Amino acid sequence: MLERIGVPAIDALFECVPDKLRLDRALDLPAGQSEQEVMQRLAALAQQNVNAQDTDWFLGAGTYAHFLPSAVDALISRSEFYTAYTPYQAEISQGTLQAVFEWQTMMCGLTGLEVSNASMYDGASATAEAALMAMRITRRNRVAIAPGLHPHYVEVVRTYLGGLGAEVVQPAIGSAPELTDDVACWIVQQPGFLGSVERLTDHAEAAHSVGALLVVTVTEALSLALLQAPGDAGADIVCGEAQSFGVPMAFGGPHVGFLASRQKHVRQMPGRLVGETVDTEDKRGFVLTLSTREQHIRRERATSNICTNQGLCLMIATVYLALLGRTGLRELAELNLAKAEYAKSCVRDHPQLSLPIDRPTFNEFVVRVPDSGAQALERARAANAIGGLDLSEAAPQLGPAVLVCTTELASREAIDRLVDSLGGAAG
Amino acid sequence: MKRNASRGLAYEEDLLFELSRPGRRGADTPAYDIPRVDVEDLLGGLLRDDVAALPEVSEVDVVRHFTRMSTWNAAVDLGLYPLGSCTMKYNPKVNERVARLPGFSHAHPMAPAVDNQGLLGLCFELEQWLAEISGMDRVTLQPAAGAQGELAGIMMIRAYHEQRGDTRRQKVLVPDSAHGTNPASAALNGYDIVAVPSGEDGILHPEAVAERMTDEIAALMITNPNTLGLFESHIAELCDVVHAGGGLVYGDGANLNALLGVSRPGDMGIDVMHYNLHKTFSTPHGGGGPGAGPVGIKASLAPYLPTPVVEQGPDGFFWNHDLPDSIGRLHGNHGNVGMLVRAYTYILALGAEGLRRSTDLAVLNANYLLACLREHYHVPIDRPVMHECIVSDRGLAETGITTMDVAKRLIDHGYHPPTIYFPLIVAGAMMIEPTESESLEGLDRFVEALVEIADEARTDPETVRTAPHHTRHRRLDETRAARKPILRWQPPTEPA
Amino acid sequence: MSEIQIPDALRYSKEDEWVRAEGDRATIGVTDYAQQQLGDIVFIELPEVGRQIEAGEPFGVIESVKAVSDLFAPIGGEIVEVNQGLTEGPEAVNEDCYGDGWMIVVAPSDSGAIEALLDASAYGTHCQEREDQG
Repeated sequence: MLERIGVPAIDALFECVPDKLRLDRALDLPAGQSEQEVMQRLAALAQQNVNAQDTDWFLGAGTYAHFLPSAVDALISRSEFYTAYTPYQAEISQGTLQAVFEWQTMMCGLTGLEVSNASMYDGASATAEAALMAMRITRRNRVAIAPGLHPHYVEVVRTYLGGLGAEVVQPAIGSAPELTDDVACWIVQQPGFLGSVERLTDHAEAAHSVGALLVVTVTEALSLALLQAPGDAGADIVCGEAQSFGVPMAFGGPHVGFLASRQKHVRQMPGRLVGETVDTEDKRGFVLTLSTREQHIRRERATSNICTNQGLCLMIATVYLALLGRTGLRELAELNLAKAEYAKSCVRDHPQLSLPIDRPTFNEFVVRVPDSGAQALERARAANAIGGLDLSEAAPQLGPAVLVCTTELASREAIDRLVDSLGGAAG
Repeated sequence: MKRNASRGLAYEEDLLFELSRPGRRGADTPAYDIPRVDVEDLLGGLLRDDVAALPEVSEVDVVRHFTRMSTWNAAVDLGLYPLGSCTMKYNPKVNERVARLPGFSHAHPMAPAVDNQGLLGLCFELEQWLAEISGMDRVTLQPAAGAQGELAGIMMIRAYHEQRGDTRRQKVLVPDSAHGTNPASAALNGYDIVAVPSGEDGILHPEAVAERMTDEIAALMITNPNTLGLFESHIAELCDVVHAGGGLVYGDGANLNALLGVSRPGDMGIDVMHYNLHKTFSTPHGGGGPGAGPVGIKASLAPYLPTPVVEQGPDGFFWNHDLPDSIGRLHGNHGNVGMLVRAYTYILALGAEGLRRSTDLAVLNANYLLACLREHYHVPIDRPVMHECIVSDRGLAETGITTMDVAKRLIDHGYHPPTIYFPLIVAGAMMIEPTESESLEGLDRFVEALVEIADEARTDPETVRTAPHHTRHRRLDETRAARKPILRWQPPTEPA
Repeated sequence: MSEIQIPDALRYSKEDEWVRAEGDRATIGVTDYAQQQLGDIVFIELPEVGRQIEAGEPFGVIESVKAVSDLFAPIGGEIVEVNQGLTEGPEAVNEDCYGDGWMIVVAPSDSGAIEALLDASAYGTHCQEREDQG
């Protein structure tokens, strides 16, 4: 090979790198290891993390422990899917393209909207992109966020909008939304971070009355199978996190952000879109389309800078939704609701515990504990449970409280043990 | 529109929604061990009807559906995938096995740090490794992809200038050969773009930057090696010019795989850079993602890192949220950690020596391809390259065959086409990146295919122009898709 | 590229727009050269009737599958009519760029501005120069 190239040694290929910039030593990294040694080291690191397979799990707060059907991992482990690139060459990417088209269709149905893109990084950046999209549509520079938005999402929206000098406002809990006629959008999480199910029609009316768009963010996507479709309630953009659809928690990522909107706003959408077409022999097929919105064509005037997305996680969610389907997803959502209602009834019956927020919920709710959230969770931990999220930072106004999530993985016995341990201070 | 039946092992497959039959399902739910509830009673007007858009199909239906569809994809595991700038190297299977260990895949990002010491430790060590590889001082692992890394990096640059009260800087220099994400990321920060032309030799020259370097310039964004596969030999001088003018230099790390153990961006003078773990560090591309785009910085930018950062204290590893000048959070959690686990595995398996070897072989392979193709295709800038080389359709002008035709004809030979029509500064560009994963025999077969197509362009141009001929689909009508977009399936309406 | 049509009766800008003067109205579209360069047009964004535009100002956007271009006003004035048909049928620009593919009608603020534009022969030279540069 060197002869063909016409150089004496591989080193000669690097002559374009000036001497002073050449690294004159080996990188200071561990020596390479065999696969067996690598597995041993990584298995040891994995052992040091508490995981939802060995532990009773009641922590949600944006990342949810659900059962993963076996067929999901089997299918997305096909390396024709996971070692492919972005489907720019449509003739040899139809597997990926058709799956994305199916995802877009299902997400339209779930959100009650007409167009869904082919994923965003995560729910938080999807919310930030929705805010930017609303600013482009309304040509307004101010974004208002309802109190129930996940605190990390609020931070991400602030980060994204910071570069553009846009203003982000968030009314305090209990005070009326500051909706003025310079607001681009009103962002509402459904169900809220603390679990409450919102009446979205009221929010839509408030937003639309000042010419703003209603953006609905969903972090627990399973709720979409049970609660009124946000699009039907008047939402203009629905976005969030679809991790609940079969994507492993994986310490918070990779997950799969989504973003759907009305047809009339499609040219302001960020991210990739797949459309149906035909080939030269009139056979149906799918292609990436409306690409002129994107950075590789429109560069600094693109609707977003996103390029790589969360394609394989979208594939997971698509397989998951196909497996559960129309009846299964609804059944699962109702089971999650029933688990939460059972847990809430146990909390109500416990002398040391209470439910500080009296609102309808889905699978997540706040429990007031007798001493402190941290202490209550330590008791739960002693009983082999990750008992929820300590709310002392996110919602100090509630007093000592814990955000508890019950999915289909929570057995009745585990719920009973959790309630006992959370309330066990005086016991 | 017509639909064909499957032939032999070439399967056809309708959409899920067309396969749907009432009452079928592919997954069950556990029995109630708690009382049933009346959803109507609990949620009333907040409820929806059932989700009619979801299909009703059996597990076998679903398994066959996606398995059949998988056979319609080109993939690294099927053959050479020479997409320039995308680095489609082999993705070792051990990466996938490791990422699926329950202690990684079923860990929760908001569980207490004490319960996630293995993951925090992995992140801590990976940060140190990436810093060593690139010559940077700190690394944030939070960005989910290269473009989000660019956004983070440019935000830190903006924060740096603002902190110094230097608010005049509202423009960013971007070479004309740059990826589209560069100007898009700068624009998301409110910056205007000033294009810098590459020289005749395909690289940037200090004079071109110096001419444009005013006190309104916040940064230069540069990719090294650049998108022509050329090392920016003047990089140190370019950085000096920008620094002397009060600006900072952003390094797009898309092509870092050409530099492992050879040269470090931090030593060149670059202040901020992102790494594409799905390119250089072998995490799979997943049909478009997920990737991971950590960002390395020099110490002067450390106050602006996104929060939280992982640090080590007397009680072990912890998330430090206390960075008052931080640009803020970019991700709902800690980034695409599953990809960090895979990249960590790769670096551990290869070690310092193996990483250097991967670069040597990637550069050797690219130069070998260039040497073999030179007689058959026009080479716009004929210089020794790093990890990728560029040829164009200019030599085929009299045949009427374009780069698009060559790309589609390559598909008939069983290859994914190279990146085409990029970089924008080369008309009809084919950007070929073989990576270190290909053997000499594999490269020779690929060259044979390209040579055959160049000959065919002269002897039988019609066959090339109408390629591909051996795929499930012939050329797809992108114009029709864009003029009347159909972006979801809808049930056929009854004829009136 | 097939031969470029450049009707003698029209005036042209260097940004590849044509202007047809008819009394106190001027119709504007893009030239045959522009539509051939862009390829199949898939989307056109046009301004509202009533807007004032300055010469040289972008008044809309034209898109093919893989390219986007601004439309620059060759002359200033008030927009009095917009070709709504292009929203549904942008292919008219490919098929008949000097006829059905017209874009806007302007009431010129300065009637002399049209005369100052390129005539067919000068515009033809301008196209040829760019072709030669490749």
